[in-house]
Amino acid sequence: MPAALQRLAQILPADRLLTSAAELAAYESDGLTAFRTRPLAIAVPETQEEVIALVRLCHELQLHFVARGSGTSLSGGSLPVVGGIVITLNRLNRILKLDPDQRLAIVEPGVINSQVTTAATPHDLHYAPDPSSQSICTIGGNVAFNSGGAHCLKYGMTSNHVLGIKAVLATGEVVQFGGESRESIGPDACGLFTGNEGLFGIALEITLQLLPRAESFHTVLAGYQTLEQAGDAVSAVIAAGLLPGAMEIMDALALNAAKAAVHAEYPPGCEAVLIVELEGPRESVAIEKQSLEAILTASRPVEMRPARDAKERLAIWKGRKSAFSAVGRLSPDFIVQDGVVPRRRLGEALRRIDSMSKEAGIRVANVFHAGDGNLHPLILFNGREEGALERAEDLAGRILKMCVEMGGSITGEHGIGVEKREFLADMFNQYEIDAMLRLRAAFDPHGIANPGKMFPGKEAPSLSHHGLHPLEKAGIISRE
Amino acid sequence: MMTPEDIHELAEAVRSSPRVLAIGAGTKPRLSQIEATKICMQRLQGIIEYDPGEFTFTALAGTPLAEIAAALAAKQQYLPFDPPLIGAGATLGGTVAAGLSGPGRFRFGGVRDFILGVRYIDGAGRVLRMGGKVVKNAAGFDLPKFFVGSLGRFGVLAELTFKVFPRPASSMTLRLSSADIHSSLNMLRSISRGRWEVEALDILPRSFDIALRIAGPEAALPLLATDLLAHFDGAKLSNEEAATLWEDLREFRWVPPDAALLKIPVALDQLLALYSSHLGDSIHVSAGGNVAWLATPRTTQWPAMTLRGNSPLWTAPTQRPAIWQSIKTAMDPEQRFPTLDP
Ligand SMILES: Cc1cc2nc3c(=O)[nH]c(=O)nc-3n(C[C@H](O)[C@H](O)[C@H](O)COP(=O)(O)OP(=O)(O)OC[C@H]3O[C@@H](n4cnc5c(N)ncnc54)[C@H](O)[C@@H]3O)c2cc1C
Repeated sequence: MPAALQRLAQILPADRLLTSAAELAAYESDGLTAFRTRPLAIAVPETQEEVIALVRLCHELQLHFVARGSGTSLSGGSLPVVGGIVITLNRLNRILKLDPDQRLAIVEPGVINSQVTTAATPHDLHYAPDPSSQSICTIGGNVAFNSGGAHCLKYGMTSNHVLGIKAVLATGEVVQFGGESRESIGPDACGLFTGNEGLFGIALEITLQLLPRAESFHTVLAGYQTLEQAGDAVSAVIAAGLLPGAMEIMDALALNAAKAAVHAEYPPGCEAVLIVELEGPRESVAIEKQSLEAILTASRPVEMRPARDAKERLAIWKGRKSAFSAVGRLSPDFIVQDGVVPRRRLGEALRRIDSMSKEAGIRVANVFHAGDGNLHPLILFNGREEGALERAEDLAGRILKMCVEMGGSITGEHGIGVEKREFLADMFNQYEIDAMLRLRAAFDPHGIANPGKMFPGKEAPSLSHHGLHPLEKAGIISRE
Repeated sequence: MMTPEDIHELAEAVRSSPRVLAIGAGTKPRLSQIEATKICMQRLQGIIEYDPGEFTFTALAGTPLAEIAAALAAKQQYLPFDPPLIGAGATLGGTVAAGLSGPGRFRFGGVRDFILGVRYIDGAGRVLRMGGKVVKNAAGFDLPKFFVGSLGRFGVLAELTFKVFPRPASSMTLRLSSADIHSSLNMLRSISRGRWEVEALDILPRSFDIALRIAGPEAALPLLATDLLAHFDGAKLSNEEAATLWEDLREFRWVPPDAALLKIPVALDQLLALYSSHLGDSIHVSAGGNVAWLATPRTTQWPAMTLRGNSPLWTAPTQRPAIWQSIKTAMDPEQRFPTLDP
């Protein structure tokens, strides 16, 4: 037994230190199934003290570690490191405090995103960030990736809802950033920690703000002859000064997939569907829904379908939320990209993606957060065909470069991870990347926390295939 | 004092002296009361890019907030967090460095929630960009947020990109009466959990009354107000009264000239203790009970930051974790900027 394992065995009992090939196999990959690596061991702590002891040991031995929530990262963020350990946090899953008066919850990192809202619902409160993986992904993973969802334009990302973080840094130091107040003095270290992609240390306790649940909703589905018309409608809504809770677009390929998968119904003859949802006190929504109707009518949709009741609203969202996995089923493999473009250039971006797709002979479906310009092109391919993966990756890369060229970003919410690290240099120059590396070294001088992620270079893990997450195949989760 | 005219000169200015600190309009004088060569940011002003359809703008750090607010208002947009001291001439960079948000931060968040990107000069005099220019971006570490509240001790902000929101068609202010702090706190609790989605929720200084602001389509507001006034005792303010009330709070006009002004981040549950420990002083509680602005001729035992007057920059200092020093060294290896704890 290697010396490191002996030391680990002093912290955890044998049944919580997994080393057999069969046990390791379950952790070889995350939501980016193209990459697989086998770690030395999986550590399964149950308490914060055990996590701290593990990180301090890793620091002492300079042993690499990867924190892991539910392993749904789409960019390879929780991919293990060869020779290192994975620290899974699923058993640190207690909601430590839920304070409806102060509208906050203090949770351990393994708490599942949707459980926070479930716990808050009896108080008419909710936790706003809602990645489509919310029924399975953890708050620890959300914090590490600053995850988003369908409501970012109005409510922001995870970071905008994290008030405090207790963490063990890769140096072994235990810190508390922020706390129960929504205000702070001094540099916002809590904001800096959020989105660190597991490179600073492990979050042990997270204080989240809760919001009152909107009293009423008004959801409209509008079908258009072209994607561009749908994009223009989004601009018109924005220009009118409305601030919808969500604005989502699906293209023809996605629509057909959703029809086949969940029998979603869309107006015939549409190349694109736009979903707009208003929310707020009933008095405000009653008035804003009239403005919305006027704006959408002027955008000349083929058909407009406002949800008449909660059931119809849920049906609209079901089609939208299932679109991703539905498209995934059209093809043996796919890559999902997450670039952002300025909203006014959405139409142009979609046109260019379409022509790149035709030119490459590769099908691309688009289902995305139109309100904030966050694209999610799904690039379909068959991994068994010689060179197909490489061609798909090449197309994905060109799409990312286009996003940067247009003044956007290579990632809106999925993070850089392993997948996009070569593109970091398209957004930041060498001085800027160096500055980030120095910051990373401040938190982690030995480079033991999630090495090989975010920054270009370093060892490349082996490729296998892109496709549905195993949990999606099992029908447990679906994605946007 | 150096007064650079562009970013290039700003970088030069940083490199030219072993110890430098940038200052904006000086509306929070205590924050820069420290031995260092001062860099005046007031020539580095102007909006560089503003695209209402994108909900974003980029401006030089020395730009007065008033100029930004006016440009946004012309397109029916605004910074929802009511940046303080806008009338006194506060700059965008100074507001970020001081980390200050006004009453409106209650609904959609504070300055930290609207900052998207920065261009700054690090301790080695390099011009660097972090964050992005679009409303959604998760690439790289979120240094823009770290600069919020950093007081110029980690870098000099040169240019900032912000998210903005459409300005609600209309707003209305109510003043709810309260006889004592217990009832004010009870009102904060139930209103912040309520269905009304109020924009601002404050306890007024030298009083226990609550000021709250609702916003939205014009025709909805009287209905919401009527419902609120059915639950709580109070009255609607006229538009002029409301404007004066919020402006006086934003500009700290209630603070006596000889008192120090301190920012104390708090949680609602601590407010009772805060009031009891400052019986003779004026307190303005803002953001639904998440921050207290304290005016006192003395100082405080609460962890606070002093904006002006005779009180330590940080009161009740606690031991800072070692990571602070490591971050400081990473961003400013030559210690060109003052440290957080002078
Ligand atoms: C079907 C599907 C749909 C998705 N939809 C969305 C979406 O709509 N929006 C979106 O933003 N993302 C989405 N994702 C991506 C993914 O769910 C998020 O990135 C999520 O936050 C990951 O959470 P996790 O618990 O699975 O974390 P993991 O994948 O286990 O880990 C993610 C990263 O966080 C680090 N980490 C985990 N826990 C901690 C901790 N306690 N402290 C420090 N670092 C830690 C890991 O090292 C890793 O780098 C989707 C994924 C799938 C599979």
